[in-house]
Amino acid sequence: MTAAVIVFPGSNCDRDMARAITLVCGHAPNMVWHGEPELPDGTDFIALPGGFSYGDYLRSGAMAARSPIMAAVVAAAARGVPVLGVCNGFQVLTEAGLLPGALMRNAGLNFVCRDVPLRVENNQSLFTSGYDAGERITIPVAHHDGCYFADDATLERIEGEGRVAFRYLDAVNGSARNIAGLLNAAGNVLGMMPHPERSVEDAHGNRDGLRLFEGLLGVIA
Amino acid sequence: MKVDIFVTLKPGVLDPQGRAIQHALSGLGFAGVEDVRAGRFIELELADSVNEADVRAMCEQLLANTVIENYRIVGFGAG
Repeated sequence: MTAAVIVFPGSNCDRDMARAITLVCGHAPNMVWHGEPELPDGTDFIALPGGFSYGDYLRSGAMAARSPIMAAVVAAAARGVPVLGVCNGFQVLTEAGLLPGALMRNAGLNFVCRDVPLRVENNQSLFTSGYDAGERITIPVAHHDGCYFADDATLERIEGEGRVAFRYLDAVNGSARNIAGLLNAAGNVLGMMPHPERSVEDAHGNRDGLRLFEGLLGVIA
Repeated sequence: MKVDIFVTLKPGVLDPQGRAIQHALSGLGFAGVEDVRAGRFIELELADSVNEADVRAMCEQLLANTVIENYRIVGFGAG
């Protein structure tokens, strides 16, 4: 796997993401600064990490979505390269138009930082083949702007197309339909608020996130 | 030339911040505040060469997220 972790000013989960990728595939990903015009040759997996890119100025993910590297990320996604956006990365994906809808301030206004139970709704994707359909897993969240919003027609479409990858099993942030993770129509872009890279080692308390990366490696490698 | 842009949440989009402001106003003793919607105000200082269509494109591409927000441009003539 030739992975690229995009680093924006204000990203703070980029090294966690790199550690998880290294753990699974045995070598470190390329860390790609947002100002770069191109991805490294042969990039076959792109991760947009969590954090507070550009200090969440204007809207979470809004500035990062317009940074120079994102044109290359959008082009790679169109070619079918898997793209994973976690937390702020999910916000960037919606702002970039790679995923529908928007992520807004949590309904309770609180920053939510805890382990949350999720249900794997779709285990047929590049990212979720390591899980059983309907499996209950636990992955931590840490966000202020995680309330997923889309209009009713969009929600009906993405549900009908099986694009909800993960769903919260309890009330976390007010997200429509309790959507925690969402795929694009082609299935090669996944945005999710929970942090799978924070549940890959025993020290994390559980390793439910590990199978996402392992499943991806199985498909790519 | 100065142009003002008002970015507001679309009707029907939940605004927990607006609701918190409403509760705070109520807590301060201001009665009769039936709803609050919080938005964003952006001032642009523009060269004369910039026209309204340019500013509309700025709003569409960055200043507003049209999935959840409406925008209003004030400053070009009748606005």
